[in-house]
Amino acid sequence: MRLQLSPEDAAFREEMRTFFTTQVPQGIRDAVAERRELSKEQIVEAQRVLNAAGLAVPHWPAEWGGKGWTQLQKHLWHEEMLQACVPPPLSFNTNMVGPVIATFGSDELKERFLAPTANLDIWWSQGFSEPDAGSDLASLRTSAVRDGDEWVVNGQKTWTTLGQYGDWIFCLVRTDPDAPKRQQGISFLLIDMTSPGVTVRPIELIDGGVEVNEVWFEDVRVPADQLVGEENKGWTYAKFLLGNERVGVAPVASTKRLLAQAKERAQEKLADGSTLLEDPLLAARFAELENEVLALELTALRVAANSAGDKPHPASSVLKLKGTELQQAVTEIVVDVAGPASLASGAPDGSDVPHWARVATPQYLNYRKASIYGGSNEVQRSIIASSILGL
Amino acid sequence: MDFTYDSEQKALRDAVRGLLTKAYDSARRRDVVSDEPGFDSGVWAQLAEMGVLGLPFAEADGGMGAGPVEVGLVAEEIGRVLAPEPFVEAVVVAGGLVADLGTAEQKAAILAPLSDGTLIPVLAHTEPGGRWEPVARAVTAREDAGTWRLTGTKEPVAHGARADLLVVSAATPAGTGLFVVDPTVDGVTRTGYALHDGGRAAQVVLDGAVGTPLGAADVDRTGDLEVAQARAIIIRGQEAVGAMQVALDTTTAYLTTRKQFGVTLNKFQALTFRAADMYVSLELARSIASWALLVLDSGADPREAAARTGFQIGRAGHHIGQEAIQLHGGIAMTAEYSVGHYMSHLTALEHALGDRRFHLGRLAASVGDHGTVDPLA
Ligand SMILES: Cc1cc2nc3c(=O)[nH]c(=O)nc-3n(C[C@H](O)[C@H](O)[C@H](O)COP(=O)(O)OP(=O)(O)OC[C@H]3O[C@@H](n4cnc5c(N)ncnc54)[C@H](O)[C@@H]3O)c2cc1C
Repeated sequence: MRLQLSPEDAAFREEMRTFFTTQVPQGIRDAVAERRELSKEQIVEAQRVLNAAGLAVPHWPAEWGGKGWTQLQKHLWHEEMLQACVPPPLSFNTNMVGPVIATFGSDELKERFLAPTANLDIWWSQGFSEPDAGSDLASLRTSAVRDGDEWVVNGQKTWTTLGQYGDWIFCLVRTDPDAPKRQQGISFLLIDMTSPGVTVRPIELIDGGVEVNEVWFEDVRVPADQLVGEENKGWTYAKFLLGNERVGVAPVASTKRLLAQAKERAQEKLADGSTLLEDPLLAARFAELENEVLALELTALRVAANSAGDKPHPASSVLKLKGTELQQAVTEIVVDVAGPASLASGAPDGSDVPHWARVATPQYLNYRKASIYGGSNEVQRSIIASSILGL
Repeated sequence: MDFTYDSEQKALRDAVRGLLTKAYDSARRRDVVSDEPGFDSGVWAQLAEMGVLGLPFAEADGGMGAGPVEVGLVAEEIGRVLAPEPFVEAVVVAGGLVADLGTAEQKAAILAPLSDGTLIPVLAHTEPGGRWEPVARAVTAREDAGTWRLTGTKEPVAHGARADLLVVSAATPAGTGLFVVDPTVDGVTRTGYALHDGGRAAQVVLDGAVGTPLGAADVDRTGDLEVAQARAIIIRGQEAVGAMQVALDTTTAYLTTRKQFGVTLNKFQALTFRAADMYVSLELARSIASWALLVLDSGADPREAAARTGFQIGRAGHHIGQEAIQLHGGIAMTAEYSVGHYMSHLTALEHALGDRRFHLGRLAASVGDHGTVDPLA
């Protein structure tokens, strides 16, 4: 057992820190620090800076830009990125469809898609969920029927995050409605969102923002060579995709950063000359959250430092569950620190209420999503109960 | 950054586990703790033979020269079976103070026989009306013609009746001092009793009892006591992790075998989700406890890490202990079944060294002194 990073890992961390804090445009990092919404252009620019330096897809196979890093190095890369307020590479591209194509796709698909996917020349959307297929994803109904050299797609996807920016969408579609098990009739299809018959409609969320969409498919014709891997094996690829994201699943560094920011605000002088942090009840809440975040970070390090090969460390399932709970708890304490100023969410720039207080409640509302998507926290509990505890 | 044991540490763990699991199943433990002195002298001798009782002490003092990681893994094994031997009390706390502060003669007189199992020293610090602060008030020590005499009451003193030697904290003109007291001398009255978790404690009344300053005289030992307590909290953290792991394992095993409504209980998601939450609590607590052990090992000031451990372990101990009983139903209420004793011991552990509120209070008092908490810094 050893507390310190090895000299090589410490140097690696330093190298990452230097890169992220000096090479990614300050304006983008400031926007992240201030919790402002990033434009599509900013997200693309940040990813291209990373990709040019070989830091967008380090976990991909080496021939497609991967670095062959250890789990711990991937963890440090991810944490330093968040700590430096660098927006991480678009997850749909780098964690989801990229690895699926790299692992299961034909050579043609790899040649065609992987480089532009890493560079965010193509913006991917994820078309898995449907109105009647949420946690029970295998009940999806969007169908693809073979017609010559094409698949004809009909149905509806929903919750499509940032679908308004999407160039392409990777979808799970039902290609064999008669398969003996629901999971066996599903395929993984890549669809150009400019194809005739694709309609994207925005869904407004409780924070007033528009980050998810419904996507409708009406007789959309998709070239047959855009089916990844084998027909009716899509469920296997989807499971690979969902299980792929282990390291970085708990956004520790950004939660830590937000907590420190909130604490700083709580130390500012109020009109009566006191500070909020002088209140022992609030100080105790901060202390408690800090301890829990430390426990989470150490658990992430345990998982990263002691993951043998590709086998996930059993404690990794704790990360999503606790990581999202703490992410939410920290967005909540920001609202409480803002207090009555948190009501001024509609105030324009130039208001006496600072920006951080104005976005506090919308962000708090928005982050209720974190325990729902990516396998809800109830699904995570089911996984812990069945695969770790044997229940 | 590495959280795994090396092969020597694994061998030590296997040896200690072998000894303790053979010595203690649930029934055997009940027998042992129902008799005086509340632990098994044979097991104590075997631990001595394995070198466990001298683990943290320098080889020159008759010890093994091992570090907190080795001591911690022994504590974890003790926690797994709730072994009642006073390992932490004698080796980590009292022995630790002697190793830190004692004169060469004191170390020679205490650490070698402690390591070979023939002498059990304990710290007598807690006083009626006191909490967990490293300060003595009720017991005072005065020097008269070169002799120190101690007066006042210590209670509860863990294993105070069985102990062969007491390290007593006492208020002196210089602050809180530490004294070595032979409990058989005039002016020491000890009344021992059993605790809810099968442990042992005593009231120790001192009435002009002769003591010898531990190390130099006329030194305020408040800071030293606080460090010794921090060390104990961190080692106890490992013990609690061992106990919580077994409480969880026992619970999940029960859920897969006990049938009601025609099915095993693990068919009820209301129960399996609660077991999953117990696992989350355990892993978070384990992470902090392991980190604290490494902080101790690094030689850094362990006090903050101890407060973090005390809080996290206290919280997890409540959660896991209570749920382990609830998920079992009535069987867990019986003294014959094991799981209730785990909760009982976890509760005792917490109140020996500072409860959740105490540790959180310390953390809250300093929460404004830093931006973030960085475990790798
Ligand atoms: C903001 C946001 C963005 C998203 N982005 C995308 C995206 O880009 N692409 C995409 O494909 N999907 C996306 N999703 C969809 C997301 O994956 C689903 O919301 C999620 O799978 C849960 O499905 P559901 O909302 O239909 O809830 P349901 O599955 O209907 O669940 C309702 C409740 O029941 C619980 N529950 C369900 N099943 C069980 C069970 N077996 N045991 C116990 N409890 C259970 C759930 O945890 C939840 O609390 C997004 C969702 C949100 C909120």
